[in-house]
Amino acid sequence: MADGLVAHVDSHEHGEAHHPDLQHHFETLGQQHEAATLGMWVFLVTEVMFFGGLLMAYLLYRVWYPEAWAEGSLELDIVLGGFNTVVLIGSSLTMALAVRAAQTGLPKATVRWLLLTMALGLTFLVVKFFEYKHKWDLNHIPGENFTFEGPHAPQVEIFISLYFALTGLHALHMVIGFGILSVITWMAHRKRFTPEWSTPVELSGLYWHFVDIVWIFLFPLLYLVDRVHQLN
Amino acid sequence: MTTTVLPRVNYLNVKHTVASWLLTKDHKRIGIMYLIVVSLAFLIGGIFAALIRVELTTPLGDLVSDDTYNKLFTMHGVAMVFFVLIPAVPAILGNFALPLMIGAKDVAFPKINLLSWYIFVIGFLFTIAAGILGGVDTGWTFYTPYSSVYSNSNVLLTGIGIFIAGFSSILTGLNFMVTIHRMRAPGMTWFRLPLFIWALYATSLVQILGTPVIAITVLMLAVERALGFGFFDPRLGGDPVLFQHLFWFYSHPAVYIMILPPMGAISEVIACFSRKSIFGYSFVAFSSLAIAVFGFLVWAHHLFVSGISPYSAMVFSFLSFAVAIPSAIKTFNWTATMYRGAIWWQAPMMWVFGFMGLFLIGGLTGLFLAALGLDVHLHDTYFVVAHFHYIMVGGAIMGYFAGLHYWWPKMTGKMYSNSAATLAALLVFVGFNLTFFPQFIVGYLGMPRRYHAYADEFQVLNVLSSAGASIMGVGYTLIACYLLYSFFKGKDAGPNPWRAVGLEWETQSPPIPENFTEQPIVTAAPYGYETRESNVG
Ligand SMILES: [Cu+2]
Repeated sequence: MADGLVAHVDSHEHGEAHHPDLQHHFETLGQQHEAATLGMWVFLVTEVMFFGGLLMAYLLYRVWYPEAWAEGSLELDIVLGGFNTVVLIGSSLTMALAVRAAQTGLPKATVRWLLLTMALGLTFLVVKFFEYKHKWDLNHIPGENFTFEGPHAPQVEIFISLYFALTGLHALHMVIGFGILSVITWMAHRKRFTPEWSTPVELSGLYWHFVDIVWIFLFPLLYLVDRVHQLN
Repeated sequence: MTTTVLPRVNYLNVKHTVASWLLTKDHKRIGIMYLIVVSLAFLIGGIFAALIRVELTTPLGDLVSDDTYNKLFTMHGVAMVFFVLIPAVPAILGNFALPLMIGAKDVAFPKINLLSWYIFVIGFLFTIAAGILGGVDTGWTFYTPYSSVYSNSNVLLTGIGIFIAGFSSILTGLNFMVTIHRMRAPGMTWFRLPLFIWALYATSLVQILGTPVIAITVLMLAVERALGFGFFDPRLGGDPVLFQHLFWFYSHPAVYIMILPPMGAISEVIACFSRKSIFGYSFVAFSSLAIAVFGFLVWAHHLFVSGISPYSAMVFSFLSFAVAIPSAIKTFNWTATMYRGAIWWQAPMMWVFGFMGLFLIGGLTGLFLAALGLDVHLHDTYFVVAHFHYIMVGGAIMGYFAGLHYWWPKMTGKMYSNSAATLAALLVFVGFNLTFFPQFIVGYLGMPRRYHAYADEFQVLNVLSSAGASIMGVGYTLIACYLLYSFFKGKDAGPNPWRAVGLEWETQSPPIPENFTEQPIVTAAPYGYETRESNVG
């Protein structure tokens, strides 16, 4: 046991202990990386449960009020929504390329891909803003001033409430992601990331992909409820 | 042990400035900071409880108005559930002991650990503000549409406070889970983990999967109340029962956030003071996980009279019976551990005995409520109030005090008076039974909960209840007195006053900031009391 102890302390002293980004309570960079990655995945699980509560409400009311869901869905702009879907999928690609660049030690490329990712994210938010603005102009904001012509107006209000809650929470996650990427870009610019240690880029990549995936679910759930009737 | 002079620097005296506490990343200091805030919340919640009991000594609503009474029991519930029971064992004892028990220098994310304390305090301040600005009267369950439309009290502010505090719980769970996965000392395999760690692991599972759901539910309620969105509003075709489903999807498993960590502490104390290994270690470990998982499948037993379909009610009734099995497994194993053990009658063990008695009654009366037919009769009566207090106070709080008395010498380096602590355990046990056992009877006889006035024939039982509450109050005050006294004036405890087995007892008391002078290496299963005892002779 004493031998084991000595050997262990030894490897700590001569190993990666002096890496500036190794926090004191971890033994190795590998352990630190694994802990951070697991932490991020667990965090994403909590996010799934967070959106899950709203999706449960969506599911219940969609089963109860299919006509209202179809009516409400037709109010959404499928072109803008589709455009935003493409933009976000594109941003996932650029994010993945940024992570790859950081892992292979290419700081300039990392910064470039990160900036592009942020530009696409911003595009999404601007488009979303105009979609919201349009709803505002039509008095389609739930609450006292909500006006809607149609046979299922009250239930459409529930649909629109869920639309704002889901897309609003998603947009909030985009804004937070934008903030995180700004910091990461600055760090990349300062050449903080090396093939040995690029954990923050990888973790913000995980977060960004998660936010994209949420949208991949939201788009069909909200925009494509009953478009077949529109085509006929 | 050789009497080399220990380095007298420890985590408490290493620095003295206020900033060194408020900016600390040391899990042990963060545990102490939680202890302070949670004790404050316990005092506030206790004062509300005292006012409730004073009001209920007479059948007439003569001390406070019905509106005030509604606010008293609501704020008692909010303070106790969200700011005492949920954080007590994980955030105080877990924070302090978890890294020590697995031989780590700290939790995986020390900054996030500090952040979760701040989030907790901010949530607490919001809730206190709601109380000061006039209180909230919905009951801690916030059922819609009363909470979303009709209540004229500070629902929004309280909701925000609970929403914020929830993230503290989520981050603690996340931190503990990663810590248990990635920070174990060499040789500390999963089946060498102390059972307290297994319990914390199961708890973090519930915190991670459940708490986000209450967060989104409270957020939906807040948006509905503040902006007029429609999620649960029956005027639009929304379903208030959906709120109840979402609320209890978290709030039933939250009972396990409250009870699993104390159960873990109970396992540690029982092994130590019976001088035996825990009987059926892996059964106790896996029963924690089973409780965490199956606890998510029983929530609708709170909705038996809310108009859910009889078929789903039958399934939920069956599952609610089934979830009692892993708790029973634990109780049997603890009893078997004590059987033929060399029981050492010290204060922590007194709290364990209290726990065993009260948790047993709480668990068995839960079966009454899981039965569909009986629940219709007992729903929303004092029987329910008595049942969940037997679990939450009789189980969780007794377990918390067992753990606190067990680790207190390690946390502070000081020993408290054993006779005072034994007396306190006795007072709380007697006072508790006197408070809540009559409530089973009065509830069975039909006294509904949440009213400030009641029929004359219930007075005797209610007076007994109030008398018991004052005995309990004396007990709790006594704990505060002798623990504080021991902190300032107590005898030095030494590194291992209980001659306990476990890594946390192998470092000095109070521990040094880095916990261990050398990285510990684990070579054996936990609770090697039999071998240790034979060594001691
Ligand atoms: Cu329950």
